[in-house]
Amino acid sequence: MAARLRAPGFYRAGWMMAFGVAFATGLTWVVRMSTGHSTFKHFIDGEAILTVSLIAVPLLFLVGIGGFDYWFYWAAGRKTRAEDHSSHGARSWKDYFRINTDHKVIGVQYTVSSFFFLLVGGLIAMLMRAELAAPGAQFVDANTYNGLFSVHASLLIFLFVIPVFAGLGNFVIPLMIGAPDMAFPRLNALSFWLLPVAGALMLGSFFAPGGAFADGWTAYAPLSTNAPVGQTFFALGVQFAGASSIMTALNFLVTIITMRAPGMSFFRMPLLVWANFATSLLVVIATPFIAASQFFVLLDRALGFNFFNAAKGGDVLMYQHVFWFYSHPAVYIMMLPGFGIISEVLAVKARKPIFGYRMMAFSLLAIVALGFTVWAHHMFTSGMASWIRIPMAVTTAIIAVPTGIKIFSWLATLWRGVLHLDTAMLFALGFLTTFTLGGISGVMLAMIPFDIHVSATYFIVAHIHYVLFGGSLMTIFAGVYYWFPKMTGRMYDERLGKWHFWTTFVLFNLTFGPMHILGLQGMPRRVEDYASKFADLNLFISIASFALGLSTLIFLYNMVTSWRGGPIAASNPWRGMTLEWQVSSPPPIFNFDKLPTVVGGPYEYGVPGAVHGTFAPTPTPATVGAGSGVARAPSE
Amino acid sequence: MGRQRQLILTIAAAVVAVAIGVVLSYVIHWFPVQASTQAHNTDRLFHVLVDASIPIFVLVVTVVLYCAWQFRMKPGEELKDGPPIHGNTRLEVVWTTIPAVILLALVSYSFVILHDNEKKPAREIHVGVTGQQFAWSFQYPPSVTGGAPVESDQLYLPEGESVQFALHSKDVIHAFWIPAFRLQEDVVPGITVKYRATPDRLGTYPIVCNLLCGLGHSLMRATVHVVPRAQFQQWLKSHAGATVAGGSSSGATTSTTAAAAG
Repeated sequence: MAARLRAPGFYRAGWMMAFGVAFATGLTWVVRMSTGHSTFKHFIDGEAILTVSLIAVPLLFLVGIGGFDYWFYWAAGRKTRAEDHSSHGARSWKDYFRINTDHKVIGVQYTVSSFFFLLVGGLIAMLMRAELAAPGAQFVDANTYNGLFSVHASLLIFLFVIPVFAGLGNFVIPLMIGAPDMAFPRLNALSFWLLPVAGALMLGSFFAPGGAFADGWTAYAPLSTNAPVGQTFFALGVQFAGASSIMTALNFLVTIITMRAPGMSFFRMPLLVWANFATSLLVVIATPFIAASQFFVLLDRALGFNFFNAAKGGDVLMYQHVFWFYSHPAVYIMMLPGFGIISEVLAVKARKPIFGYRMMAFSLLAIVALGFTVWAHHMFTSGMASWIRIPMAVTTAIIAVPTGIKIFSWLATLWRGVLHLDTAMLFALGFLTTFTLGGISGVMLAMIPFDIHVSATYFIVAHIHYVLFGGSLMTIFAGVYYWFPKMTGRMYDERLGKWHFWTTFVLFNLTFGPMHILGLQGMPRRVEDYASKFADLNLFISIASFALGLSTLIFLYNMVTSWRGGPIAASNPWRGMTLEWQVSSPPPIFNFDKLPTVVGGPYEYGVPGAVHGTFAPTPTPATVGAGSGVARAPSE
Repeated sequence: MGRQRQLILTIAAAVVAVAIGVVLSYVIHWFPVQASTQAHNTDRLFHVLVDASIPIFVLVVTVVLYCAWQFRMKPGEELKDGPPIHGNTRLEVVWTTIPAVILLALVSYSFVILHDNEKKPAREIHVGVTGQQFAWSFQYPPSVTGGAPVESDQLYLPEGESVQFALHSKDVIHAFWIPAFRLQEDVVPGITVKYRATPDRLGTYPIVCNLLCGLGHSLMRATVHVVPRAQFQQWLKSHAGATVAGGSSSGATTSTTAAAAG
């Protein structure tokens, strides 16, 4: 038992977390004493202890499970455990519940835990729709309802869409560029384990005194700086999710820049790799801004800094500028990796090269650059200086051009192809239509007089769900079906997959389409009660949303049963050219038993005799010997 | 060839779809009644945007459906690949330039509408709007009342006269939204936000708080009464010297479901 308590794992994490609570109690006690409180009277301040605990306990959990072990040993000058790669690979399900440095294991950990948060966030949405099925109060009071939509958005943004792309990227990127792993495997493991921490904080807020954080995922000050303690759970949860994002993005950037296989020039990279490269640039530049915005809120709440207290010289609008300087680029963080997935799926399933490959790569970079120039379009009605609206409207309209280039290039890729209309392809085609609609409503929102009317209404709710559900989630489903054989070594059930697509596609449109009209008609978002003239449409939407929620069960059933007992997958079931399909399913423990050499573009479908990568011995036998030697060493 | 006929058929179907879409866009009642000159302008902008969007949306959907119909894999083609077309620079220039021109034209048009909606009229009246959790109150300065200032939890406005609202918050951010006017701005603590409206239709319309402001957010409602000038004067006179007790929320709950008259 003593050995268990000292070894990295959940036992050690358990006592360390208990120590964290004791530390928080002691620290606040000492500070309160030193600032004049009586030693034994009023020495306990629940909110102060909770705030310090929310920082200390998650950090000590990460220490306890071993996220920092190597660096601690190294920093202390002690003998670090030599990397014998014993933590690579997963031999049983238990290996998914510990620190693991294998990018393929981490990819699965990321993807599966993100889908857990999708289910939780979806269930919360169904609770909201139950409340909204009729005007007046149904099941929950205003505080609970405000908590529900705040946690719904926070979970699905910070713990589903952003990390699930990081998960798929984690699994696929090293394989696609011909690398044995990510550049920083230990950092990779730590960045995954930050996620459950962030999720626990956000969900845990429901048990906080005063209820969950209830100011929306936007957490506008000064409402958030005066809210009950649940808000602190959000402010800190975002820090952990954001740190995870930044670590993974750094890892992607370094991996893509330094670990490409011989011959893999930037313009021979698959577009998924390009998309994650562009996304990672956005993440490392933008994410510190939301971290700052929530630190400001935390300091206002806990220590009275008055950043956003107008009565004490604070600047209320500054919060929104800092917040949206992250949160608009975040929209592209949640979309560009999906663009990459669509490019992979369409090229392979239409059996044609991507039309205008270079423009596809350049348009990603254009979106990265323009993405930083549009943030104040979320603030057209905020009361900021009115001239700022003009340039922001122009850039917001212009950013639709690179996105349009991508849509048209995908359509041209389909043209005269040989379309395999399986589940992944159906999701990709569905994405093209729903995302176009979301893009169109986005362009409409760039038009200031129109935005002034519909800002913060259900029109916005419709728009963001057409972009994040009709956009991001469609690409995520496409990607999960597409790489399922590679990740699990099994084939999924195609018939159930198609059922899943059609139910999702139809019910999605029935749920979110009518919301456009509600918003135009004058229904505000973030209300648990509404005027009776909106009752019919709301009931319709609620019924559709319940059916939409149920359709997810098809997906779950298909995934679980196929993973357990689906037919064994071949190494290349889709006849893809990119490198991940040239190794076994699932791939060998170090990805490539032979070092690949890239000799051509990634999408040369229809070009006679074309290959993307070869595994033939290269002219320098020394490197091949070294490379394959390292790769073979740990496998028995 | 059969393919040419199918292509013509598809294009015809797309044109019909665009026509149906445009007709529908004018048949559907998207908006509440128009009760300000700004509402007329904004609704016109909306229709221009929708009419510009329908052909683009139909184009994308048509190409997707046509490809799924004509180019789907047929039995025996399991190992067949499509033609290796890598791109076409002329086409790419076209679909970069045309959308850019359309977008710049639309955004320019929106600036024209914006300018019309916000330009300073020859004369206007000033009304103060104060938001607090969870009620609205309205202040009429002496320049409007001709006597002592008036404060009320009801908003009365004379028909056909431009009014400039000056928005103040006593606590957190609210948003002062009158859907029938198609206008809103945030009510921000520490600063005064202003906007103009010209009510041009008699009636009563809901005022909605449209920025989450706490527990009572969904109940933070009031009513705007657009009345003839004479009635407006009379109302002011009958409320001379009136003030609203802080935190009063009378009128907030009663008008929750007040639909636009007419």
